[in-house]
Amino acid sequence: MKERTKLLLIVLVFLACYFIPWGNSTIRQSGLEAFMMLQEYARKHVLTCLIPAFFIAGAITVFVSQASVLKYFGAMSKKILSYSVASVSGTVLAVCSCTVLPLFAGIYTRGAGIGPATTFLYSGPAINVLAIVLTARILGWRLGLARAIGAVIFAVLTGLLMAIFFRKDDAARTTGQIYVPDEDEKQRTLLQDALFMLTMVLILIFAAFARPAEGSTGLWPAIFAAKWYITAGLLIVLVLMLKNWFLKEERTNWVQSTWGFMKQIFPLLGTGVLVAGFMLGRPGHSALIPEHYIQTLVGGNSLWANLFASVSGALMYFATLTEVPILQGLIGAGMGKGPALSLLLAGPALSLPNMLVIGGVMGVKKTATFCVIIVILSTIAGICYGRMAG
Amino acid sequence: MEIKVLGPGCPKCQATEKNVREVVTEAGLDAQVDKVTDVMEIAKYGVFGTPAVVVDGEVKSVGKIPEKREIMTWIKK
Repeated sequence: MKERTKLLLIVLVFLACYFIPWGNSTIRQSGLEAFMMLQEYARKHVLTCLIPAFFIAGAITVFVSQASVLKYFGAMSKKILSYSVASVSGTVLAVCSCTVLPLFAGIYTRGAGIGPATTFLYSGPAINVLAIVLTARILGWRLGLARAIGAVIFAVLTGLLMAIFFRKDDAARTTGQIYVPDEDEKQRTLLQDALFMLTMVLILIFAAFARPAEGSTGLWPAIFAAKWYITAGLLIVLVLMLKNWFLKEERTNWVQSTWGFMKQIFPLLGTGVLVAGFMLGRPGHSALIPEHYIQTLVGGNSLWANLFASVSGALMYFATLTEVPILQGLIGAGMGKGPALSLLLAGPALSLPNMLVIGGVMGVKKTATFCVIIVILSTIAGICYGRMAG
Repeated sequence: MEIKVLGPGCPKCQATEKNVREVVTEAGLDAQVDKVTDVMEIAKYGVFGTPAVVVDGEVKSVGKIPEKREIMTWIKK
Protein backbone atom coordinates (compact mmCIF):
# COMPACT_ATOMS: atom_id res chain seq x y z
CA MET A 1 0.00 0.00 0.00
CA LYS A 2 1.30 3.44 -0.89
CA GLU A 3 1.64 6.02 1.86
CA ARG A 4 -0.81 8.28 0.08
CA THR A 5 -3.45 5.52 0.04
CA LYS A 6 -2.93 4.97 3.76
CA LEU A 7 -3.47 8.66 4.45
CA LEU A 8 -6.59 8.70 2.30
CA LEU A 9 -7.93 5.68 4.18
CA ILE A 10 -7.33 7.29 7.56
CA VAL A 11 -8.99 10.52 6.43
CA LEU A 12 -12.02 8.59 5.16
CA VAL A 13 -12.38 6.65 8.41
CA PHE A 14 -12.03 9.89 10.35
CA LEU A 15 -14.71 11.63 8.29
CA ALA A 16 -17.03 8.63 8.72
CA CYS A 17 -16.53 8.70 12.51
CA TYR A 18 -17.05 12.44 12.57
CA PHE A 19 -20.12 12.86 10.40
CA ILE A 20 -22.19 9.67 10.59
CA PRO A 21 -25.09 10.35 13.01
CA TRP A 22 -24.41 7.37 15.28
CA GLY A 23 -27.19 8.45 17.65
CA ASN A 24 -29.86 8.05 15.01
CA SER A 25 -32.04 5.00 15.67
CA THR A 26 -31.76 3.56 12.13
CA ILE A 27 -27.97 3.82 12.29
CA ARG A 28 -27.93 2.16 15.70
CA GLN A 29 -30.12 -0.63 14.43
CA SER A 30 -27.85 -1.06 11.39
CA GLY A 31 -24.73 -1.14 13.54
CA LEU A 32 -26.28 -3.77 15.75
CA GLU A 33 -27.30 -5.82 12.70
CA ALA A 34 -23.72 -5.68 11.41
CA PHE A 35 -22.38 -7.34 14.56
CA MET A 36 -25.30 -9.75 14.89
CA MET A 37 -24.54 -10.97 11.39
CA LEU A 38 -20.84 -11.26 12.19
CA GLN A 39 -21.71 -13.33 15.23
CA GLU A 40 -23.96 -15.56 13.17
CA TYR A 41 -21.04 -16.27 10.83
CA ALA A 42 -18.66 -16.81 13.71
CA ARG A 43 -21.01 -19.26 15.43
CA LYS A 44 -22.41 -21.16 12.51
CA HIS A 45 -19.97 -21.08 9.66
CA VAL A 46 -16.38 -20.56 10.72
CA LEU A 47 -15.53 -23.80 12.54
CA THR A 48 -17.56 -26.28 10.57
CA CYS A 49 -17.39 -24.77 7.11
CA LEU A 50 -14.70 -22.18 6.51
CA ILE A 51 -11.81 -23.78 8.37
CA PRO A 52 -12.17 -27.21 6.72
CA ALA A 53 -12.63 -25.44 3.38
CA PHE A 54 -9.38 -23.52 3.90
CA PHE A 55 -7.54 -26.77 4.57
CA ILE A 56 -8.99 -28.27 1.41
CA ALA A 57 -8.03 -25.23 -0.64
CA GLY A 58 -4.54 -25.37 0.84
CA ALA A 59 -4.26 -29.07 0.02
CA ILE A 60 -5.32 -28.45 -3.56
CA THR A 61 -2.66 -25.82 -4.14
CA VAL A 62 0.07 -27.98 -2.64
CA PHE A 63 -0.80 -31.54 -3.62
CA VAL A 64 -2.38 -31.12 -7.03
CA SER A 65 0.24 -30.59 -9.66
CA GLN A 66 -0.37 -27.32 -11.44
CA ALA A 67 1.89 -28.35 -14.27
CA SER A 68 -0.36 -31.26 -15.16
CA VAL A 69 -3.26 -28.85 -15.63
CA LEU A 70 -1.39 -26.04 -17.32
CA LYS A 71 0.07 -28.16 -20.08
CA TYR A 72 -3.40 -28.25 -21.65
CA PHE A 73 -3.20 -24.53 -22.34
CA GLY A 74 -0.25 -24.64 -24.69
CA ALA A 75 -0.58 -23.48 -28.30
CA MET A 76 -0.40 -27.05 -29.59
CA SER A 77 -3.04 -28.59 -27.33
CA LYS A 78 -6.28 -29.94 -28.69
CA LYS A 79 -9.00 -27.30 -28.52
CA ILE A 80 -11.65 -29.52 -26.94
CA LEU A 81 -9.24 -30.43 -24.16
CA SER A 82 -8.24 -26.80 -23.64
CA TYR A 83 -11.84 -25.71 -23.25
CA SER A 84 -12.89 -28.48 -20.93
CA VAL A 85 -9.82 -28.18 -18.73
CA ALA A 86 -10.14 -24.38 -18.67
CA SER A 87 -13.75 -24.54 -17.59
CA VAL A 88 -13.04 -26.57 -14.46
CA SER A 89 -9.47 -25.55 -13.72
CA GLY A 90 -10.66 -22.74 -11.48
CA THR A 91 -11.14 -25.33 -8.76
CA VAL A 92 -7.48 -26.28 -8.96
CA LEU A 93 -5.59 -23.18 -9.95
CA ALA A 94 -7.36 -20.03 -9.05
CA VAL A 95 -8.08 -20.09 -5.37
CA CYS A 96 -5.99 -16.93 -5.27
CA SER A 97 -7.46 -14.30 -7.57
CA CYS A 98 -4.07 -12.73 -8.14
CA THR A 99 -2.94 -15.69 -10.23
CA VAL A 100 -5.86 -15.47 -12.64
CA LEU A 101 -4.86 -12.41 -14.63
CA PRO A 102 -1.22 -13.28 -15.36
CA LEU A 103 -2.27 -16.79 -16.32
CA PHE A 104 -4.95 -15.40 -18.58
CA ALA A 105 -2.47 -13.08 -20.27
CA GLY A 106 -0.10 -16.00 -20.73
CA ILE A 107 -2.70 -18.31 -22.26
CA TYR A 108 -3.91 -15.49 -24.49
CA THR A 109 -0.60 -14.33 -25.87
CA ARG A 110 1.50 -17.47 -25.88
CA GLY A 111 -0.83 -20.40 -25.49
CA ALA A 112 -4.13 -21.75 -26.66
CA GLY A 113 -5.62 -18.43 -27.74
CA ILE A 114 -8.58 -16.25 -26.95
CA GLY A 115 -11.24 -18.96 -26.54
CA PRO A 116 -9.62 -21.05 -23.79
CA ALA A 117 -8.12 -17.90 -22.27
CA THR A 118 -11.52 -16.26 -21.76
CA THR A 119 -13.01 -19.57 -20.60
CA PHE A 120 -10.33 -19.70 -17.94
CA LEU A 121 -10.73 -16.00 -17.12
CA TYR A 122 -14.39 -16.53 -16.39
CA SER A 123 -14.26 -19.89 -14.64
CA GLY A 124 -11.21 -19.12 -12.52
CA PRO A 125 -12.76 -16.92 -9.86
CA ALA A 126 -16.30 -18.24 -10.33
CA ILE A 127 -15.83 -21.88 -9.38
CA ASN A 128 -13.13 -21.93 -6.78
CA VAL A 129 -13.79 -24.43 -4.01
CA LEU A 130 -14.16 -21.90 -1.23
CA ALA A 131 -16.76 -19.85 -3.11
CA ILE A 132 -18.92 -22.83 -4.06
CA VAL A 133 -18.77 -24.35 -0.57
CA LEU A 134 -19.69 -21.10 1.13
CA THR A 135 -22.49 -20.35 -1.36
CA ALA A 136 -24.03 -23.78 -0.87
CA ARG A 137 -23.70 -23.52 2.87
CA ILE A 138 -25.14 -20.05 3.41
CA LEU A 139 -27.42 -19.47 0.45
CA GLY A 140 -28.64 -23.04 0.13
CA TRP A 141 -27.36 -26.02 -1.86
CA ARG A 142 -29.66 -25.28 -4.80
CA LEU A 143 -28.07 -21.91 -5.43
CA GLY A 144 -24.63 -23.37 -4.79
CA LEU A 145 -25.22 -26.10 -7.34
CA ALA A 146 -26.76 -23.68 -9.83
CA ARG A 147 -23.71 -21.47 -9.40
CA ALA A 148 -21.26 -24.30 -10.00
CA ILE A 149 -23.08 -25.71 -13.03
CA GLY A 150 -23.85 -22.27 -14.43
CA ALA A 151 -20.23 -21.19 -14.10
CA VAL A 152 -18.86 -24.23 -15.96
CA ILE A 153 -21.39 -23.97 -18.79
CA PHE A 154 -20.95 -20.20 -19.09
CA ALA A 155 -17.21 -20.48 -19.13
CA VAL A 156 -17.27 -22.77 -22.16
CA LEU A 157 -20.01 -20.77 -23.93
CA THR A 158 -18.22 -17.47 -23.38
CA GLY A 159 -14.94 -18.89 -24.65
CA LEU A 160 -16.54 -20.38 -27.74
CA LEU A 161 -18.43 -17.18 -28.53
CA MET A 162 -15.27 -15.10 -28.14
CA ALA A 163 -13.36 -17.50 -30.38
CA ILE A 164 -16.08 -17.25 -33.04
CA PHE A 165 -16.35 -13.46 -32.90
CA PHE A 166 -12.62 -12.91 -33.10
CA ARG A 167 -11.50 -15.92 -35.11
CA LYS A 168 -9.48 -13.94 -37.66
CA ASP A 169 -7.48 -12.17 -35.02
CA ASP A 170 -6.45 -15.40 -33.37
CA ALA A 171 -3.85 -16.22 -35.99
CA ALA A 172 -1.54 -13.32 -35.20
CA ARG A 173 -0.12 -14.80 -32.05
CA THR A 174 3.43 -14.94 -30.95
CA THR A 175 4.68 -18.39 -30.31
CA GLY A 176 7.55 -19.02 -28.05
CA GLN A 177 8.79 -21.08 -25.19
CA ILE A 178 6.28 -21.42 -22.38
CA TYR A 179 7.16 -22.19 -18.83
CA VAL A 180 4.80 -24.07 -16.55
CA PRO A 181 5.40 -24.60 -12.84
CA ASP A 182 7.86 -27.40 -12.17
CA GLU A 183 6.43 -30.83 -11.73
CA ASP A 184 7.42 -32.22 -8.40
CA GLU A 185 8.49 -35.79 -8.04
CA LYS A 186 5.92 -37.55 -6.01
CA GLN A 187 5.85 -40.76 -4.05
CA ARG A 188 2.09 -40.93 -3.85
CA THR A 189 -0.25 -42.40 -6.41
CA LEU A 190 -3.20 -40.57 -7.85
CA LEU A 191 -5.47 -42.84 -5.82
CA GLN A 192 -3.81 -41.75 -2.59
CA ASP A 193 -4.22 -38.08 -3.49
CA ALA A 194 -7.86 -38.68 -4.38
CA LEU A 195 -8.56 -40.54 -1.13
CA PHE A 196 -6.91 -37.77 0.84
CA MET A 197 -9.08 -35.11 -0.83
CA LEU A 198 -12.17 -37.29 -0.42
CA THR A 199 -11.56 -37.66 3.32
CA MET A 200 -11.36 -33.91 3.73
CA VAL A 201 -14.48 -33.30 1.68
CA LEU A 202 -16.32 -35.90 3.78
CA ILE A 203 -15.18 -34.16 6.97
CA LEU A 204 -16.57 -30.92 5.59
CA ILE A 205 -19.88 -32.55 4.71
CA PHE A 206 -20.36 -34.35 8.02
CA ALA A 207 -19.14 -31.53 10.26
CA ALA A 208 -21.57 -29.18 8.56
CA PHE A 209 -24.41 -31.71 8.39
CA ALA A 210 -27.64 -29.77 8.81
CA ARG A 211 -30.24 -30.72 11.40
CA PRO A 212 -32.98 -32.63 9.56
CA ALA A 213 -36.56 -31.38 9.66
CA GLU A 214 -38.51 -32.18 12.84
CA GLY A 215 -40.22 -35.56 12.80
CA SER A 216 -38.33 -36.93 9.80
CA THR A 217 -37.24 -40.53 10.16
CA GLY A 218 -34.77 -42.86 8.53
CA LEU A 219 -31.23 -42.17 7.42
CA TRP A 220 -30.84 -38.40 7.86
CA PRO A 221 -31.59 -38.13 11.61
CA ALA A 222 -29.38 -41.15 12.22
CA ILE A 223 -26.50 -39.50 10.39
CA PHE A 224 -27.13 -36.26 12.19
CA ALA A 225 -27.03 -37.98 15.58
CA ALA A 226 -23.75 -39.67 14.73
CA LYS A 227 -22.14 -36.81 12.86
CA TRP A 228 -19.49 -35.96 15.44
CA TYR A 229 -18.46 -39.61 15.80
CA ILE A 230 -18.16 -39.90 12.01
CA THR A 231 -16.21 -36.65 11.84
CA ALA A 232 -13.85 -37.77 14.59
CA GLY A 233 -13.33 -41.11 12.85
CA LEU A 234 -12.54 -39.36 9.59
CA LEU A 235 -10.11 -37.05 11.35
CA ILE A 236 -8.21 -40.06 12.68
CA VAL A 237 -8.06 -41.50 9.16
CA LEU A 238 -6.79 -38.14 7.90
CA VAL A 239 -4.03 -38.01 10.52
CA LEU A 240 -2.93 -41.55 9.59
CA MET A 241 -2.81 -40.62 5.91
CA LEU A 242 -0.78 -37.52 6.66
CA LYS A 243 1.65 -39.48 8.79
CA ASN A 244 2.24 -42.30 6.35
CA TRP A 245 1.87 -40.82 2.89
CA PHE A 246 3.35 -37.36 3.15
CA LEU A 247 6.80 -35.96 3.69
CA LYS A 248 7.42 -33.48 6.46
CA GLU A 249 8.11 -30.77 3.91
CA GLU A 250 4.78 -31.33 2.19
CA ARG A 251 2.91 -31.14 5.45
CA THR A 252 4.59 -27.86 6.28
CA ASN A 253 3.72 -26.47 2.85
CA TRP A 254 0.14 -27.54 3.30
CA VAL A 255 -0.23 -25.79 6.64
CA GLN A 256 1.55 -22.73 5.26
CA SER A 257 -0.71 -22.32 2.26
CA THR A 258 -3.81 -22.94 4.40
CA TRP A 259 -2.58 -20.23 6.73
CA GLY A 260 -1.98 -18.04 3.69
CA PHE A 261 -5.61 -18.39 2.63
CA MET A 262 -6.85 -17.65 6.11
CA LYS A 263 -4.76 -14.50 6.38
CA GLN A 264 -5.92 -13.39 2.98
CA ILE A 265 -9.60 -14.18 3.24
CA PHE A 266 -10.71 -13.80 6.87
CA PRO A 267 -10.22 -10.00 7.10
CA LEU A 268 -11.96 -9.49 3.76
CA LEU A 269 -14.84 -11.76 4.62
CA GLY A 270 -15.23 -10.23 8.08
CA THR A 271 -15.40 -6.73 6.61
CA GLY A 272 -17.81 -7.95 3.93
CA VAL A 273 -20.12 -9.44 6.56
CA LEU A 274 -20.04 -6.24 8.64
CA VAL A 275 -20.81 -4.05 5.61
CA ALA A 276 -23.58 -6.36 4.40
CA GLY A 277 -25.07 -6.46 7.90
CA PHE A 278 -24.88 -2.70 8.24
CA MET A 279 -26.47 -2.00 4.87
CA LEU A 280 -28.96 -4.84 4.59
CA GLY A 281 -29.30 -6.58 7.94
CA ARG A 282 -29.84 -10.26 8.62
CA PRO A 283 -32.71 -11.92 6.78
CA GLY A 284 -35.91 -10.75 8.40
CA HIS A 285 -34.32 -7.74 10.09
CA SER A 286 -34.16 -4.32 8.51
CA ALA A 287 -31.10 -2.09 8.45
CA LEU A 288 -29.87 1.01 6.65
CA ILE A 289 -31.27 0.38 3.17
CA PRO A 290 -35.07 0.06 3.31
CA GLU A 291 -36.34 -3.27 2.02
CA HIS A 292 -38.81 -1.81 -0.46
CA TYR A 293 -35.96 -0.34 -2.55
CA ILE A 294 -34.46 -3.75 -2.96
CA GLN A 295 -37.79 -5.33 -3.69
CA THR A 296 -38.51 -2.79 -6.45
CA LEU A 297 -35.06 -3.14 -7.99
CA VAL A 298 -34.33 -6.85 -7.82
CA GLY A 299 -37.46 -8.47 -6.37
CA GLY A 300 -39.42 -11.04 -8.36
CA ASN A 301 -38.03 -12.52 -11.55
CA SER A 302 -38.62 -9.93 -14.26
CA LEU A 303 -36.22 -9.33 -17.13
CA TRP A 304 -35.43 -5.93 -15.66
CA ALA A 305 -34.62 -7.30 -12.20
CA ASN A 306 -32.30 -9.94 -13.66
CA LEU A 307 -30.62 -7.49 -16.00
CA PHE A 308 -30.12 -4.97 -13.21
CA ALA A 309 -28.60 -7.66 -10.97
CA SER A 310 -26.18 -8.88 -13.61
CA VAL A 311 -25.08 -5.41 -14.73
CA SER A 312 -24.48 -4.21 -11.19
CA GLY A 313 -22.74 -7.49 -10.39
CA ALA A 314 -20.49 -7.03 -13.40
CA LEU A 315 -19.47 -3.52 -12.35
CA MET A 316 -19.08 -4.09 -8.63
CA TYR A 317 -15.90 -5.41 -7.11
CA PHE A 318 -16.38 -8.28 -4.70
CA ALA A 319 -13.36 -9.21 -2.67
CA THR A 320 -12.98 -13.00 -2.46
CA LEU A 321 -16.13 -14.59 -1.00
CA THR A 322 -17.75 -11.33 0.11
CA GLU A 323 -20.41 -11.78 -2.54
CA VAL A 324 -21.95 -14.42 -0.27
CA PRO A 325 -22.86 -12.30 2.79
CA ILE A 326 -23.91 -9.43 0.53
CA LEU A 327 -26.28 -11.71 -1.36
CA GLN A 328 -27.51 -13.18 1.90
CA GLY A 329 -28.47 -9.67 2.99
CA LEU A 330 -30.06 -8.87 -0.36
CA ILE A 331 -32.10 -12.10 -0.46
CA GLY A 332 -33.22 -11.49 3.12
CA ALA A 333 -34.37 -8.04 2.08
CA GLY A 334 -36.47 -9.36 -0.77
CA MET A 335 -34.20 -10.09 -3.73
CA GLY A 336 -35.61 -12.74 -6.07
CA LYS A 337 -33.85 -16.08 -6.58
CA GLY A 338 -33.33 -15.46 -10.30
CA PRO A 339 -31.59 -12.09 -9.84
CA ALA A 340 -29.51 -13.63 -7.05
CA LEU A 341 -28.09 -16.19 -9.47
CA SER A 342 -27.59 -13.48 -12.12
CA LEU A 343 -25.50 -11.52 -9.66
CA LEU A 344 -23.52 -14.60 -8.57
CA LEU A 345 -22.69 -15.49 -12.16
CA ALA A 346 -21.77 -12.01 -13.34
CA GLY A 347 -20.28 -10.75 -10.09
CA PRO A 348 -17.04 -12.44 -9.10
CA ALA A 349 -15.71 -12.80 -12.64
CA LEU A 350 -16.07 -9.14 -13.55
CA SER A 351 -15.49 -5.81 -11.87
CA LEU A 352 -14.46 -2.36 -13.01
CA PRO A 353 -10.80 -2.67 -11.94
CA ASN A 354 -10.68 -6.14 -13.46
CA MET A 355 -12.08 -4.87 -16.77
CA LEU A 356 -9.32 -2.25 -16.95
CA VAL A 357 -6.62 -4.92 -16.66
CA ILE A 358 -8.33 -7.22 -19.16
CA GLY A 359 -8.68 -4.22 -21.47
CA GLY A 360 -4.93 -3.72 -21.25
CA VAL A 361 -4.34 -7.32 -22.30
CA MET A 362 -6.79 -7.84 -25.14
CA GLY A 363 -8.06 -4.42 -26.10
CA VAL A 364 -11.25 -2.47 -25.51
CA LYS A 365 -13.36 -4.14 -28.18
CA LYS A 366 -12.79 -7.70 -27.00
CA THR A 367 -13.17 -6.74 -23.37
CA ALA A 368 -16.50 -5.05 -24.08
CA THR A 369 -17.70 -8.11 -26.00
CA PHE A 370 -16.60 -10.37 -23.15
CA CYS A 371 -18.54 -8.30 -20.60
CA VAL A 372 -21.66 -8.07 -22.74
CA ILE A 373 -21.69 -11.84 -23.34
CA ILE A 374 -21.45 -12.49 -19.61
CA VAL A 375 -24.15 -9.97 -18.71
CA ILE A 376 -26.56 -11.41 -21.30
CA LEU A 377 -25.86 -15.03 -20.32
CA SER A 378 -26.22 -14.24 -16.60
CA THR A 379 -29.53 -12.52 -17.19
CA ILE A 380 -30.89 -15.48 -19.16
CA ALA A 381 -29.65 -17.96 -16.54
CA GLY A 382 -31.23 -15.87 -13.79
CA ILE A 383 -34.61 -15.86 -15.52
CA CYS A 384 -34.51 -19.63 -16.09
CA TYR A 385 -33.44 -20.36 -12.52
CA GLY A 386 -36.07 -17.96 -11.17
CA ARG A 387 -38.75 -19.85 -13.12
CA MET A 388 -37.56 -23.24 -11.91
CA ALA A 389 -37.02 -22.30 -8.29
CA GLY A 390 -40.30 -20.40 -8.21
CA MET B 1 23.40 -9.46 -13.38
CA GLU B 2 19.74 -8.74 -13.86
CA ILE B 3 17.09 -10.49 -11.80
CA LYS B 4 13.39 -10.02 -12.41
CA VAL B 5 10.61 -11.13 -10.08
CA LEU B 6 7.36 -11.51 -12.00
CA GLY B 7 4.11 -11.20 -10.08
CA PRO B 8 1.16 -8.85 -9.85
CA GLY B 9 1.60 -8.14 -6.14
CA CYS B 10 0.10 -11.06 -4.25
CA PRO B 11 1.62 -12.07 -0.89
CA LYS B 12 3.53 -14.96 -2.51
CA CYS B 13 5.14 -12.61 -5.02
CA GLN B 14 6.21 -10.27 -2.25
CA ALA B 15 7.72 -13.16 -0.32
CA THR B 16 9.62 -14.19 -3.44
CA GLU B 17 10.97 -10.70 -3.98
CA LYS B 18 12.05 -10.52 -0.36
CA ASN B 19 13.90 -13.84 -0.61
CA VAL B 20 15.66 -12.79 -3.79
CA ARG B 21 16.76 -9.46 -2.38
CA GLU B 22 18.03 -11.06 0.81
CA VAL B 23 20.08 -13.60 -1.09
CA VAL B 24 21.58 -10.90 -3.30
CA THR B 25 22.55 -8.84 -0.27
CA GLU B 26 23.92 -11.85 1.61
CA ALA B 27 26.02 -12.91 -1.35
CA GLY B 28 27.23 -9.34 -1.79
CA LEU B 29 26.45 -9.45 -5.48
CA ASP B 30 26.16 -6.51 -7.79
CA ALA B 31 22.78 -7.45 -9.19
CA GLN B 32 19.79 -5.43 -10.18
CA VAL B 33 16.51 -6.79 -8.81
CA ASP B 34 13.35 -5.61 -10.54
CA LYS B 35 9.75 -6.35 -9.76
CA VAL B 36 7.52 -6.77 -12.84
CA THR B 37 3.85 -6.27 -12.02
CA ASP B 38 2.32 -5.53 -15.42
CA VAL B 39 0.47 -8.64 -16.61
CA MET B 40 1.38 -8.08 -20.26
CA GLU B 41 5.05 -7.79 -19.36
CA ILE B 42 4.74 -11.00 -17.37
CA ALA B 43 3.04 -12.75 -20.28
CA LYS B 44 5.93 -11.81 -22.56
CA TYR B 45 8.18 -14.17 -20.65
CA GLY B 46 5.76 -17.00 -21.38
CA VAL B 47 5.38 -17.97 -17.76
CA PHE B 48 2.17 -19.77 -16.85
CA GLY B 49 1.87 -18.97 -13.20
CA THR B 50 3.28 -16.46 -10.77
CA PRO B 51 5.46 -15.68 -8.89
CA ALA B 52 8.23 -16.37 -11.36
CA VAL B 53 11.92 -15.52 -11.21
CA VAL B 54 13.96 -14.61 -14.28
CA VAL B 55 17.74 -14.37 -14.07
CA ASP B 56 19.48 -12.71 -17.04
CA GLY B 57 16.52 -13.46 -19.30
CA GLU B 58 16.31 -17.10 -18.27
CA VAL B 59 13.19 -18.35 -16.47
CA LYS B 60 14.31 -20.10 -13.29
CA SER B 61 11.16 -20.81 -11.30
CA VAL B 62 7.44 -20.59 -11.90
CA GLY B 63 4.47 -20.67 -9.57
CA LYS B 64 6.16 -21.02 -6.20
CA ILE B 65 8.22 -19.20 -3.63
CA PRO B 66 11.78 -20.38 -4.27
CA GLU B 67 13.90 -21.26 -1.28
CA LYS B 68 16.98 -19.22 -0.53
CA ARG B 69 19.48 -21.95 -1.25
CA GLU B 70 17.75 -22.52 -4.57
CA ILE B 71 18.11 -18.86 -5.47
CA MET B 72 21.76 -19.03 -4.44
CA THR B 73 22.44 -21.71 -7.06
CA TRP B 74 20.99 -19.55 -9.81
CA ILE B 75 23.06 -16.49 -9.10
CA LYS B 76 26.34 -18.27 -8.37
CA LYS B 77 28.24 -19.01 -11.51
